Amino acid sequence: MASLKEVKSKITGVKKTKQITKAMNMVAASKLRGAQTAMESFHPYAEKFAEVLGNIAGKAGDDVSPLLIDREEVKNVHIVLLTSDRGLCGGFNTNLIEAAEAFMEEKVSAGLNVSFTNFGKKGRNWCRKEKLTIVDEYLNVVGGKIGFNVAATSAQKFIDAFLKGEYDEVYVVFSRFVSMASQPPFVQQLLPIPVIEAAGEAQETVEEEKGYMPEHICEPSPDELLNAMLPRNVYVQLFNALLETTTSEHASRMRAMDNATKACDDMIESLTLAYNKARQAAITMELMDIVGGAEALRG
Amino acid sequence: MAENIQLEIVTPEKYVVSEPAQIVMAPGTLGEFGVLSGHTPFLTSLQVGKVHYKDASGKEHFVFVSGGFAEALPDRVTILAESAEREEDIDYQRAKAAYDRAQERLASQKDDLDFARAQSALQRALVRLNMVQGSSSASH
Repeated sequence: MASLKEVKSKITGVKKTKQITKAMNMVAASKLRGAQTAMESFHPYAEKFAEVLGNIAGKAGDDVSPLLIDREEVKNVHIVLLTSDRGLCGGFNTNLIEAAEAFMEEKVSAGLNVSFTNFGKKGRNWCRKEKLTIVDEYLNVVGGKIGFNVAATSAQKFIDAFLKGEYDEVYVVFSRFVSMASQPPFVQQLLPIPVIEAAGEAQETVEEEKGYMPEHICEPSPDELLNAMLPRNVYVQLFNALLETTTSEHASRMRAMDNATKACDDMIESLTLAYNKARQAAITMELMDIVGGAEALRG
Repeated sequence: MAENIQLEIVTPEKYVVSEPAQIVMAPGTLGEFGVLSGHTPFLTSLQVGKVHYKDASGKEHFVFVSGGFAEALPDRVTILAESAEREEDIDYQRAKAAYDRAQERLASQKDDLDFARAQSALQRALVRLNMVQGSSSASH
């Protein structure tokens, strides 16, 4: 009974796949918890930072730092693309890459040069395939435990390049972790820093909370302080993007693996049904043979 | 004793300290400063160094900070540091290794040497080592 054996080995195969997808689901779930904790413990810092930055931005002049000033002529755009290193996470990387591609095409059709910094193997491979300019790449960052220094080092690199005039605008493409079910790709401008809104928001919340706006004494001068804080603000934004992308990756993988496990269950069910049917048919056939033989003998 | 002031030391990874303190001393870039409750709003950048505070019961604590910013308000002090550790959490071996590494880098005189970075790494390691050694000699 070849078909019977075939079906059986298929069932075993699917069961094994199911074991793997289930294990991956659980691994993703536990990593997701870690990533979410990291994200949550970063929030206080980010909030306080925005608050302090908001306090000081109001006092310093608008044109105190070149990081704040929009370039009159934009020629070179730099995109920091955040993807995962590993696959098997549903449409996660595809979504990010599509977002980056759409954004890039918009810029290219406007006659701008686009270059990339890649976090994650998937985005890097895409850039290679499309023969795009890769300035920098970081593997094994997204998805693991991310140190703030990684964000700081890489951010400093493109800040330096921005100051030298190699780039006129810098954007980051990352996956925002909205909820377990939704991690939409998102394009955010890093440089020049769109600080006016951020400061306004932060100031408003401070004012609401306390009902007054304290006059700070600043040491050194507000301008100098702001100059020291602005690059850090870029690190903070990038670090935040990295954390969100990592969390999204695990959430996305968890869902993908959950779906795969369910699909395995469905397949096992229908295969078992087919197997039982075939077995039943074989037994019936044998029985018919015996009965037929007995009839013939008696007759 | 005057009222206590809420001290918060935050890094990107976690809250290092969040408790009321009687007095907080921190290493500003223009010199060390002390904050008591009722301080005028004050904002400064910090050097690599140690923050020193007395908790509500008057016990002294030391916390390492690798630079950053401090904001003092009448009722609280917020310190934003890229890394910060309580004295008892400092990893001596790691700091020692970092110290040796930074020394080596500074001595190597390579062309691509990032002098400022090596030097700040050296300083961070040095402050950490000093803090550990200072506290262990005090307790013996």
